[in-house]
Amino acid sequence: MSNGLYETPKIRVVGDRGLLVEYGDRIDPVVNQKVISIAIGLEHDAPAGVIEIIPSYRSLMIVYDPSVTTTSVLQESLSSLEKRLPEIEIPTPQTVEIPVCYGGEFGPDIQFVAENHGLTVDEVIRIHSEPEYQIFMIGFTPGFPYLGGLPKELHTPRKKTPRAQVLAGSVGIANEQTGIYPVTSPGGWQLIGRTPVKLFDLERPNPFLYQAGDRIKFNPISLEEYRRLAEKGIK
Amino acid sequence: MDAFLVQAPGSYTTVQDKGRFGYQKMGIPVSGVLDSFAGSVANMLVGNPEESAVLEITVVGPRLAFLREIDVALAGAEMGATLNNQPVNCWESFRVSPGDILRMQQVKSGCRAYLAISGGIEVPEVLGSRSTCVGGKLGGCQGRPLKKGDILSCGEGTLLDVPRRLPSAWIPRHSPEIVLRAVPGPQDDFFHEEGLVTFFQSEFTIGTDANRMGYRLQGPSIPHKEDMPGSIISEPSISGNVQIPADGQPIILLAEQTMGGYTKIATVISTDIPKIAQAIPGNVVRFEKVTLETAHSLYMEQKKFGGQVLQ
Repeated sequence: MSNGLYETPKIRVVGDRGLLVEYGDRIDPVVNQKVISIAIGLEHDAPAGVIEIIPSYRSLMIVYDPSVTTTSVLQESLSSLEKRLPEIEIPTPQTVEIPVCYGGEFGPDIQFVAENHGLTVDEVIRIHSEPEYQIFMIGFTPGFPYLGGLPKELHTPRKKTPRAQVLAGSVGIANEQTGIYPVTSPGGWQLIGRTPVKLFDLERPNPFLYQAGDRIKFNPISLEEYRRLAEKGIK
Repeated sequence: MDAFLVQAPGSYTTVQDKGRFGYQKMGIPVSGVLDSFAGSVANMLVGNPEESAVLEITVVGPRLAFLREIDVALAGAEMGATLNNQPVNCWESFRVSPGDILRMQQVKSGCRAYLAISGGIEVPEVLGSRSTCVGGKLGGCQGRPLKKGDILSCGEGTLLDVPRRLPSAWIPRHSPEIVLRAVPGPQDDFFHEEGLVTFFQSEFTIGTDANRMGYRLQGPSIPHKEDMPGSIISEPSISGNVQIPADGQPIILLAEQTMGGYTKIATVISTDIPKIAQAIPGNVVRFEKVTLETAHSLYMEQKKFGGQVLQ
């Protein structure tokens, strides 16, 4: 239990079409890995009547058609999947490199983050771009990745008043999380930089660059490099 | 094939079909018609498959100038529609010719009207659906509500031999007081028994913050257990979830959400979502507790009824 994993998953009923399956009690890479593995296993061999499988931090939701299946059938599929889990091949997560121009007009809150922790802006950039972050889940807007593994030195509370508009590509911090805004939307995260990469682009054959379980590595770039990449319209 | 020109868009008119499934894990909400019954009936009345795209028209209707001869049907909210200044009825089909003008007024009963045309509204399919997701700026008409000057197309369709109408016994009545049946959970264990009793026995009023994202309600506060937090680790949400944030005032989540971080005391059954879709600020809501088994048999009944209506 030290990693927060439940011995047996906790099943919660979500109306007449949903089952929420909780695998642990906290935001933790091990718990999340379990969620992702089960989601992959279920998708690979989806029981009849399953409409959506949505992994999140420590739980996954199964949306089903009650005219095709029942909660007991779904629960049986889950426990049999759990037993077979060691044999199920989980694809190696891919690491997606995201170039980020930190600070300046793209990162209006980087100074605040730095001062909040007695760091210089350069140190914030170095610390933020060092780890490979695990994508715990995607939600809020199309392709918004909730990333785990932000070093403690950078944990910063959300802005007191959210911005009405955060431009697409903005990279932010909220408490122990970091993430990227794929589309322009309102938002309350502390903004530290921006990427010229389109995280969600319907013009691409695959509009998404990653899925839950993959890793993201930020790669600091200069303003010139940002402009060059933005002009090239890198995909 | 150009079908109509938008002369005035109304207050909030979007293209919707049954919804976009399979992408919630990518942060894309289901979207789709909020009142699935009215949306399906409108399609049936013009001879379309029920999954064809329609206009979802909210509170104040649009003015449309037709560009070709097609059949049109309105269902759902009553908005005092006229065709060339002659009244046309909701829940039945009518034929339009190029140059005809459909005017819709402010809603008289209900909240959302659905307009179907022969062949369905033809916009590009995005990730398997024509529904507009305004938050993600995708689907429908360039990912946004209609605006003046938009020209929308229709798909291939055949004109009806005879006009169709829904038998009046099947027309839902929109009441200013609605009862929503709901299954407790997923986080009913975060509340005291008396919190649950308050929730299922009180009246709530729909506030002004009511849209496709969700409906905020006002009423007696539903307290959490002292040792239970109001916010939880974010998890997927579904249409009908009733969130209770720290202030104790319920919010019914609808079709444009993917994740939420507040406890959900109960979830409205799918059969009753159309009742929320037709409710407006000031209306009164009560929740009636049902078991999952009851919810499932109601689901099957509704499906059977839908099949009968759409024949």
